[in-house]
Amino acid sequence: MTTMTIAKAINEGLRATLGNNPRTLLMGEDIGPLGGVYRVTDGLIGEFGADRVVDTPLAESGIIGTAIGLALSGYLPVCEIQFDGFVFPGFNQITTQLAKMHSRSNGNLTVPVVIRIPYGGGIGSIEHHSESPEALFAHTAGLRIITPSNPHDAYWMIQQAVDCLDPVIVFEPKRRYWLKGEVDTDSPGQSADPFKAHVLREGSDATVVAYGPLVPVALAAASAAVEDGHSVEVIDLRSISPIDFDTVTASVRKTGRLIVAHEAPTFGGIGGEIAARVSERAFHSLEAPVIRVGGFHMPYPVAKVEEDYLPDIDRILEALERALAY
Amino acid sequence: MGATHLPSTEFDGTEVDDQLEAQAEAVLGDPAVPMVQLLGPDGTLGSDPVFSEYAARLDAGKLRGFYADMAKIRRFDVEATALQRQGQLALWVPLTGQEAAQIGSGRASQPQDYIFPTYREHGVALTRNVDLAELLRQFRGVSNGGWNPKDTNFHLYTLVLAAQTPHAVGYAMGIQRDQKLAAAQAAAGEAPAGSQEPKAAVMVYFGDGASSEGDVHESMVFAASYNAPVVFFCQNNHWAISVPTAVQTRIPLSNRAKGYGFPGIRVDGNDVIAVHAVTEWALERAREGKSPVLIEAFTYRVGAHTTADDPTKYRGSDEEAQWRAKDPLERLEKYLRAEGLADDAFFEQVRADGDELAAYVRSTIHDLGTPDIRTAFANTYAEAHPLVAEELAWFEEYSAGFADEAEPADTEAAN
Repeated sequence: MTTMTIAKAINEGLRATLGNNPRTLLMGEDIGPLGGVYRVTDGLIGEFGADRVVDTPLAESGIIGTAIGLALSGYLPVCEIQFDGFVFPGFNQITTQLAKMHSRSNGNLTVPVVIRIPYGGGIGSIEHHSESPEALFAHTAGLRIITPSNPHDAYWMIQQAVDCLDPVIVFEPKRRYWLKGEVDTDSPGQSADPFKAHVLREGSDATVVAYGPLVPVALAAASAAVEDGHSVEVIDLRSISPIDFDTVTASVRKTGRLIVAHEAPTFGGIGGEIAARVSERAFHSLEAPVIRVGGFHMPYPVAKVEEDYLPDIDRILEALERALAY
Repeated sequence: MGATHLPSTEFDGTEVDDQLEAQAEAVLGDPAVPMVQLLGPDGTLGSDPVFSEYAARLDAGKLRGFYADMAKIRRFDVEATALQRQGQLALWVPLTGQEAAQIGSGRASQPQDYIFPTYREHGVALTRNVDLAELLRQFRGVSNGGWNPKDTNFHLYTLVLAAQTPHAVGYAMGIQRDQKLAAAQAAAGEAPAGSQEPKAAVMVYFGDGASSEGDVHESMVFAASYNAPVVFFCQNNHWAISVPTAVQTRIPLSNRAKGYGFPGIRVDGNDVIAVHAVTEWALERAREGKSPVLIEAFTYRVGAHTTADDPTKYRGSDEEAQWRAKDPLERLEKYLRAEGLADDAFFEQVRADGDELAAYVRSTIHDLGTPDIRTAFANTYAEAHPLVAEELAWFEEYSAGFADEAEPADTEAAN
């Protein structure tokens, strides 16, 4: 066990995958000598060279598009998109090409491209640097989407993404990059399957599902709820596509109440999908409607008011009170 | 009023404007940019300081082969158009007029090269040994692909314009890395020296319309930055559905290469000998790691954009007539006959072969299969996926319900 931050854990995960397979390569803007704007690739170009850690032209469609070509020629590219709000110039390549290549080739071609996207707000940044666009990608069949909430998962998930034959987007919770935790670099242990949700805290009155940056918030809300006499179960979803509905449904059968929290706007979001599936699977177990806690239907607001936008402990507790009122 | 800080009335900017205009003209260059042409429309072979040497490599057999290929693919085009009109294909994308651009370039590629087509490269597909009946799968609506690109190094058609251009550059970047890995293995004694595969390059096709897409720009930037072994083959067929090339570009498209820092060449796209020569030169250059190359094949889409199009709404028949006079097949036939390289029997045989291909395609089209949506479930992901599995299970159960209903009906009918 080693203690490290999420950023360092991803760095070590990338180092491991570069070391294990000569066909793995990293590509992105400023990921070379600078080590990326968040220093996630720090030191890797020195160790593996400029053919394996590729500073690209400033062109997101070009990054994803050339990564597809590299994957078709047998390589395992890991692309860094600098910020969530800058993925859209590459959206066409991701949704019309990357997601469909396996299907349209009748299974003859695989494109094991990994796309890393730092996402989410809470860092006081300027426009386009704090967004959570995961639902836009989750709606696209052919892609897989995972998001770590702690260093151990971060270390293993990036390697599991590279090993996966399908394209995988790894949404990295940028405001948690400096969150420290224990990492077992010898074994993934419980994290062997990146597409499985984890029950982080057992409870009996309600379930809170969260992922990425809101997992620590959900855990803090569950602790606070104890003071009010409520026992809250917390699930770290970990995978946004596919979603581990079995774990979520099993929890709801036990608690009878479900709150889903994410930074992304609730309308058309992952919370709505979970609410619908759970109501189909466990309608008679539900004591209350599924309640979503998330962003408002507005462009991500200016930094000075993001505190009012982002779900926090109180917003989750308020949702809990509403659920318990039924 | 001593308004000395105001510009003098004598300075009206006209002179500066004129200078800038002159500079702009110089940058734009001569619109009549030199075009490599070896075989003229009249069937006579000219010369070129660089490319005549390449043309000299072509023996009579190869030239006859070019003609046979062009005639075959034109016959196929006619047949596919007819099949669309008869409801056997949902859509057809005709290539007539562009045979020389496609056969000349495709025949210049080598088996180890990898080709990324757009969606009109039926002639290139022929040169890569793609089964032309299989090629119709996509247009019949039974597959979004139709052939396995690994068998022929001819990638699937890409319908999102220019989206394949960065794929080509990425593939070329993979070739660069393959060569380095192989060299490193040889140096480490893990593989015998000189055992490397023959050097490969990538060629990617797109049109004058697609040249406006951002992906072409980004691809050329990447290709130049990494000196990727890739040839950009632009068929300027003069029309992007109904919009003329002048709307896509104010300069010859081949000139754009200068802005990226690699050679650009305009070639007569209806001259199969010149297209072959220029492409062979470009691919050799790319394989040797000298630079990417942009080739602009100056040609013409004689027919419609697709079978859903009506060119009479946007262009005149006189323009079409002018281009028909530059027909790629006629000029090669004239040359072959004048030089005594092919006789009546050869051209008869070519016609018979074309009819045979057409008959094969027509008889095979019904055997292209009826797709099963289970294939789509199976191929959405390469690895097992719980949502796909759940939806497939539901679909099977749902479908089975109809099977139960069908049984009593059958029994009734039997009674």
